[in-house]
Amino acid sequence: MREDNSIVSTPEAFLEALLDTDRLRARQVLEWASRPAGPEGALDSLMMPALERIGERWESGELALSQVYMSGRICEELIETLMPLRAGNGAAAEARVAIGVLEDRHALGKRIVLSVLRAGGIPVRDYGAGLSVGELVERTRADGIRVLLVSTLMLRSALRIKLLVAELGAAGLAVKVVVGGAPFVCDRRLAEKVGADAVGYSAHQAVEIVRRLLGDGR
Amino acid sequence: MKPAATSIERVLTTLGHREPDRVPLFLLLSLHGARELGLPIREYFRSPRHVVEGQARLQARYGHDCYNAFFYAAIEMEAWGGETRFFEDGPPNAGEPIVSRAGQIAGLSPPRVAECARLRQVLEAVAGLREKAAGEVPVIGVVVSPYSLPVMQLGFERYLDWQIETPEAIERLWRINQEFCVEWANAQLQAGATAICYFDPLASPTITPPEVYRATGWRIAQRTLARIAGPTATHLASGRSLAIANLLAQTGTAAIGVSALEDLAEVKRAFAGRVGVIGNLNGIEMARWTPAEAETAVRDAIARAAPGGGFILADNHGEIPWQVSGDTLMAISEAARKWGEYPLPGRDGT
Repeated sequence: MREDNSIVSTPEAFLEALLDTDRLRARQVLEWASRPAGPEGALDSLMMPALERIGERWESGELALSQVYMSGRICEELIETLMPLRAGNGAAAEARVAIGVLEDRHALGKRIVLSVLRAGGIPVRDYGAGLSVGELVERTRADGIRVLLVSTLMLRSALRIKLLVAELGAAGLAVKVVVGGAPFVCDRRLAEKVGADAVGYSAHQAVEIVRRLLGDGR
Repeated sequence: MKPAATSIERVLTTLGHREPDRVPLFLLLSLHGARELGLPIREYFRSPRHVVEGQARLQARYGHDCYNAFFYAAIEMEAWGGETRFFEDGPPNAGEPIVSRAGQIAGLSPPRVAECARLRQVLEAVAGLREKAAGEVPVIGVVVSPYSLPVMQLGFERYLDWQIETPEAIERLWRINQEFCVEWANAQLQAGATAICYFDPLASPTITPPEVYRATGWRIAQRTLARIAGPTATHLASGRSLAIANLLAQTGTAAIGVSALEDLAEVKRAFAGRVGVIGNLNGIEMARWTPAEAETAVRDAIARAAPGGGFILADNHGEIPWQVSGDTLMAISEAARKWGEYPLPGRDGT
């Protein structure tokens, strides 16, 4: 295959390809960076900085949610192609991190966070959407989850997290609960009110939060 | 002493970008009618009589300037064959999407309002509220925009994916939705609605990049609003609006429901003299406000956006959550009267 020397392998070039929804360009930039750094290195040096920048720009109102979603989706596809082992980590037996949507059906926010966690190399189980408090407690217990990320859309379900935290505690589970979603963005005191251990206002914060709660200071 | 204006005079004056007797207040309450009548939410929405009575009691209690004929967004999906999930303490949600394959869109046709019993119930509520209003209080009807309805029809992820993967199918869906939206809006106007709230959260730059909106949702809004035979207000349901202010002003809408995430004074400047501003009390924070906090928020919003008219005080989402207490609603109402009388008091309260 002829080499394309016009490819610039910088986080900015990768970010631009993501925001243009240019899958081919994003793949070329990532593959080019993989040559010296290896796929893992390229993910750390290109993909994560790009996703972080996108998350920050969404939080400041500069980018739209659809751009954050499509960027995450392209990154997931690239990981599946270039690093199938990392892509399959949702089913990995060692995953001690899980994510689910409490009661609401809207799963877009959860999907975006999932993409970012996978890009960050964090094995994570996807519990889906429309979950009850009881279901989340049971699955957390069965899977030995240490960090549970809970996404909500409506205020009523956000407030139900208080019950979830209480039930997890009553079951004697040593799990940290991370919350996110529109109600928490609108009210910065809500996470504390429901007893969450941490809150993410944008998907890109998930990797740092989960690593911190797992005691992995990478 | 000059008699107080009626609600409809107050609203029309401010939407004419002049100062009425006081800042109009829209408490956009739908679920709270159930609490007012002591009914479970699902039971409350079974009968248009409940909604008429609930709205009348709420307006009598808080003295705000509209009747809200909105039931819940998912009721439109019932017309398309979808289901609604009810909760005891929050808004009903749409059930599973009605379309799971892009190929299904070719077989869709817009439901007819007259053939959907649930939509006819909404029309009955509109007519009942029109009677209660006696020409003094505006009755607000609501439609979901053709551009935003696919979130419920397809699911959010599919909608975003298909805009790129199968744009022709999405174009077709928008056209079908537009036919339904126009018929549904005009049916509500014919039943007695004073104005239509065009609920378009996908238009917001919080969800869609402005350049994409310009090529899609903006054109849809222009085409759709031109065919709605009455005044419209566009609501972005907590989403930002500043980056598309000029586009929104060209859709023919009379007012915009704006976000708590943007500075209200800046938003007012962006729309001043062109489009009225409705907002932007934070509906989520409202659930924990003390009466004093409610008064502060009301006073601040009025100071930022009310000078010169063109402003209706309301929440930022278009629906006040169930969890907001009656005491807080009363504090908002009282503060709106205390601080919203024109000429407006100075910063020092004089």
